[in-house]
Amino acid sequence: MPIPVEEILSKKAKFERDPERAPEDFHDELFKLEEEGEWIIQRVPDDAIEVPTKYGRPKKVPRQPTWHHKSCGQCGHIPGYSTSIFWVIRKLGLDYIDPKDQTSCTAWNYYASATSNAAAQAAVAMRNFAAAYETGYFPIIHCGTSYGHYKEVREELLGHADLRKQVREVLGRLGKPMVMPEEIVHYSEWFHAMRHEIKAQQVVDMSNIAVTVHPACHYHKLVEGDAIYDPDMYQGQRTSIVSGIAETLGAEVRNYSTWFDCCGFGFRHILVQRDFTRSFATLRKIQVMKEEADPDVVLTHDTGCVTTLDKSQFAAKAHGVTASLPVMSEAQFAALAMGAHPYKVCQLHWHSADYKPLLEKMGIDWESAWAEFQEDMKKLERGEQEFLTWEDVDA
Amino acid sequence: MALTAHPAHKIQKGRYDDVPHEEKARLFEEVKADPRYEDYLYGCYECGICVAACPSARFYDFSPRRVAQATAREDVEQIYEQMNDDIWECSQCFSCLRCPRGNNPGGIITIMREVAINNGMATAKEALEGYTRIIYKIMGTGTQVSPDMLQPDAFPDWGPQVKEVSDQLELWRRMLPPETLHTTSTGWAIEPKTIMELYVIWHATGALDMIKDVDSNLHMILEEMMEDRLEDADYDTSPVTSNGH
Repeated sequence: MPIPVEEILSKKAKFERDPERAPEDFHDELFKLEEEGEWIIQRVPDDAIEVPTKYGRPKKVPRQPTWHHKSCGQCGHIPGYSTSIFWVIRKLGLDYIDPKDQTSCTAWNYYASATSNAAAQAAVAMRNFAAAYETGYFPIIHCGTSYGHYKEVREELLGHADLRKQVREVLGRLGKPMVMPEEIVHYSEWFHAMRHEIKAQQVVDMSNIAVTVHPACHYHKLVEGDAIYDPDMYQGQRTSIVSGIAETLGAEVRNYSTWFDCCGFGFRHILVQRDFTRSFATLRKIQVMKEEADPDVVLTHDTGCVTTLDKSQFAAKAHGVTASLPVMSEAQFAALAMGAHPYKVCQLHWHSADYKPLLEKMGIDWESAWAEFQEDMKKLERGEQEFLTWEDVDA
Repeated sequence: MALTAHPAHKIQKGRYDDVPHEEKARLFEEVKADPRYEDYLYGCYECGICVAACPSARFYDFSPRRVAQATAREDVEQIYEQMNDDIWECSQCFSCLRCPRGNNPGGIITIMREVAINNGMATAKEALEGYTRIIYKIMGTGTQVSPDMLQPDAFPDWGPQVKEVSDQLELWRRMLPPETLHTTSTGWAIEPKTIMELYVIWHATGALDMIKDVDSNLHMILEEMMEDRLEDADYDTSPVTSNGH
């Protein structure tokens, strides 16, 4: 019997999420614990935008002022990712802090090696939250895993008084208050919420660019209720993160069958068992995207996903896999749309898969841009200046 | 046929027969004692939805369903085998949270891994071979990966572009506009006080001591480094009075 595709699609068009599966709104307990003196809740600033989440609860995403919890892998290996986030915020004239009083969430190591425990992980999270609170700026989390893990930590702290007691004791020794943000906000949620303001400053036409989107596992699978789901996108059945801003900027978002699959990162696998990572990323993601959607670029919104999908493509060539796709974050894509320099801001020379045909299709002259980057680099080599500055970038 | 293929029967003739059942039961009790355990396991329908979503199941003899089943049945023999042979294959992506029963097999595996580390199991040591530098980085410097880890001999499969980054690293880092990103040995510039606060967390929660049995040399290096830096600071690094484990 043939699969009744039309019937299935018609059912999906009228999709309604089962309210019985909706988790309770954690805010009730969050504020109750505040009333009982257990912690301080850092409120989302008044300058915020509401977005819908998976089970319909509106989530407040701050426009400004924001405190940026950076990502190890983004800063370390794909620094155009973090730079693009900051560049877009600056371009929109909004207030932010790029702090030095911030550690990694340490969750990459935890999921890879388990050389930590619930108390340590919660204490790391709450130390960083306290550091943000002390500045008065609201935390925005850059890494998908930090975001997912911090949501887990919030759930654990809400449910376990003994854990709260341990963490409070540790923070007391550091002289830091026990603070939980009203919402845990991923940077991609900020980009989603700000997509119309970003669109208003768009200078590069993206209407001939086709994209595929990889939603990060730790964004929409871990503590799923916090993730943004727009009823007008994918009929509300799939997170609208990344897809929303790509469409707003005029790009064509193409579907592919393995969208739910992980990228293959694996935490320990990407570092010490990369045969798995390479195979999964190539066979289940890049090749499938190429065959089913043939996009110009893969957009995603997490450290590990950009790294895995980008870096895994080289070795696959040895196995005759010819599919090759440029990979970047939607932050870099949005920055390019707003006229950011592909090297000084987006730092695409740190990426492995060939992105130059994409830039050409966008009408960006990468050869001239690279020559400009080299000119600036010579100034550093000659000792005329020590670093490239924000002023140089927008000169 | 089905009876003779029962996992328990297979395991009785397996390579872990020499480990006393009591020891296996003790380890499982440690898993169950984790406060998160009751949030992660509600029984198993055996529907396999978790397996269908699992990336590791596609490339390894690995199944989150088997983990949920074994723990739900409290099959300590199978759990012991999984703690040795299976748990390190998990990708920790948490795709298995699609479970209609509300189970979190990935979370159960996180706990099983912690117990394996805490007990210095040989297979945990094997799993962490080649991983020492990462633990050093995260515990010692506060960021997990750093720009100077992009070495061509460490990542030959990432292509020639890694060598270019490595050759140009110091200059390319200075070509980053954010002031915090000019570092090469850490992901970003971190305040010394912030690092010391992280060291206090590792000490007070027992996380530092977790690696004593799996990598004694690394433990010694980290402990000495942390003691040196904390020497003149007035922090209490003793274990917190209430420990969840």
